[in-house]
Amino acid sequence: MMRMSSGEILSHKKYGDAFHSLTIVAPDIGERVVPGQFINVRCGRDRSFILRRPFSVYRVHKRGGWASTIEIVFDLRGPGTRYLSELRSHSIVDLMGPLGRGFTLPKNRAHCLLVGGGIGAAPLFFLADELRNDGHRVDVILGARSSRLLLNPIDVRRLASVYRITTDDGTAGQKGRVTDALSEMIDRCESDVVYTCGPHPMLAAVAGVCADKKVPVQVAVEELMGCGFGVCMTCVIPVRPGKSRRGNAAEISYQRSCTDGPVFNGASVVWDGATEIVSSGQSELSPGGTPARQGVVVDSTGEHAPPGN
Amino acid sequence: MGASPDVSTTLAGLELSAPVLAASGTFGSGREAAELVDLSTLGGVIVKSMTLAPWKGKATPRMCETPSGMLNAIGIQNKGVDHFIAEELPWLRKQDVTVIASIAGNTVEEFVQVAGKLRTGGRGVAAIEINISCPNLEDRDNMFAHATGPAAAVVAGVRKSIPKLPLFPKLSPNVTSIAEIAGAVLEAGADGLSLINTVFGMSIDVETRRPQLAGGVGGLSGPAIRPIAVRAVHEVHTAFPEVPIIGQGGVASADDALEMLVAGASAIAVGTANFVNPRSIPEIIEGLRAYMRARGIDSLQDIIGSLKHHD
Repeated sequence: MMRMSSGEILSHKKYGDAFHSLTIVAPDIGERVVPGQFINVRCGRDRSFILRRPFSVYRVHKRGGWASTIEIVFDLRGPGTRYLSELRSHSIVDLMGPLGRGFTLPKNRAHCLLVGGGIGAAPLFFLADELRNDGHRVDVILGARSSRLLLNPIDVRRLASVYRITTDDGTAGQKGRVTDALSEMIDRCESDVVYTCGPHPMLAAVAGVCADKKVPVQVAVEELMGCGFGVCMTCVIPVRPGKSRRGNAAEISYQRSCTDGPVFNGASVVWDGATEIVSSGQSELSPGGTPARQGVVVDSTGEHAPPGN
Repeated sequence: MGASPDVSTTLAGLELSAPVLAASGTFGSGREAAELVDLSTLGGVIVKSMTLAPWKGKATPRMCETPSGMLNAIGIQNKGVDHFIAEELPWLRKQDVTVIASIAGNTVEEFVQVAGKLRTGGRGVAAIEINISCPNLEDRDNMFAHATGPAAAVVAGVRKSIPKLPLFPKLSPNVTSIAEIAGAVLEAGADGLSLINTVFGMSIDVETRRPQLAGGVGGLSGPAIRPIAVRAVHEVHTAFPEVPIIGQGGVASADDALEMLVAGASAIAVGTANFVNPRSIPEIIEGLRAYMRARGIDSLQDIIGSLKHHD
């Protein structure tokens, strides 16, 4: 049946000194995946750590049905990514995917601003390729804590009409956050839509600026995932859908980032309280790697849930 | 090679063509997983617990990985029994799969009302699993499953509400004597038992010194808890040898399932392993057949409760 397959490692390389890249021959996935979707990778048969690790797809090379490859990028965070970093050409990996809902591409020719932070920028490269193939204009803001944590800035220069690099410590580009450059870039590039992926607090800040500028924003969220196909209810995010037909603001609900997302309308996500990043050992259970704790933003009156289940 | 070994089993009158089910909370309503595995290859699906009104569940993080397992504090996020009956069950009825409904609540009355809705609207539901690992609002949020009185009260109420379907209360391992709780719920009208629910646990982020789970403590599942589950099945089967048991807790392979059967389980449910491999269940069933074939065992019934003791 669908979405369960294995892939053969074609190559393992590094981007800078922080990021590993695996290119995997996986035609079933390569032919179907859209930007923003992810794959869930089984990291060996070791029973000491059992869950799959999710990765958004960084690049796709379609080679006509039988040899399409997908590329994922990651940094070392725990036993799963360490296992993957030791794989070499011809190793076989057990894959599930493509999973989730990806980005929606504009119907008419548009100016698209892509805003990525750290390793979270990964799916935006695949998105940029697809947008450019469709004739849209692509502008990019790429940010990270420090220059060594910028994901492939050389490629950004190649694919963006206008780009801006930001680092928290000023070791590359403009010193500061991606949001320090966002408002000005939206004006300068006359952006019709913003696409973003990165640490949760960054997504919240980007969504805030876009709301002020009245520019639609699609966010690919990063949450810890247990299953990746919609059954475990781990990766939920509080969402307030748009107004209902009766004109009432709809009630907040927890939606699954694996099947309802990972791409959401940034204006619908409830961002309050999501500021503290979860521990790095656990963070490799999210497609981008930097989910944050969310306070109880949903009022669960009357409901006394057990610790388990 | 002879005929394929008979892996069918019976749970309080409920006949299953294969003895391995999907455990509640790890398979949704079956619909999500249907893209990844052929449901007709399963012994059955115990659907996600349903409550009277929708429950939104707990804050995140709801899960963390631990050695050979995971901790969760999801909080039974579900859309309620009415949604199940209107939206999920009609779809499930069209599938070739046995459906066991899991019910949950915060008061005896809530359990009774959910059961009542399933009695009238639950055509296609073959049995009920009662998730008594829920806080009891009328007893300072103590778990129903943790004392004989409240556990028996839930089962007696559900029994009255739904006289015909087999009832399987799911017991918590977080008690002094699981056999004592088993005795109480059997007395109250249970037809069989699901053993076990998750084991209470906790994990702490030493950087922030906060619990890894937003909910603080959570339920441990996965291979880490399998010996606890096997012991519970053994203990309860020894005390009540005639009672059918659905053994669950950390089963991920045919050998794991065989441990449960030998200890006295009549069927097995697979939970956490579904997250890693949604095809675990058909693979385990095939593994059981291979084990039987290699040893000339014709019927699964010859394995159930066949534990030998050291001299």
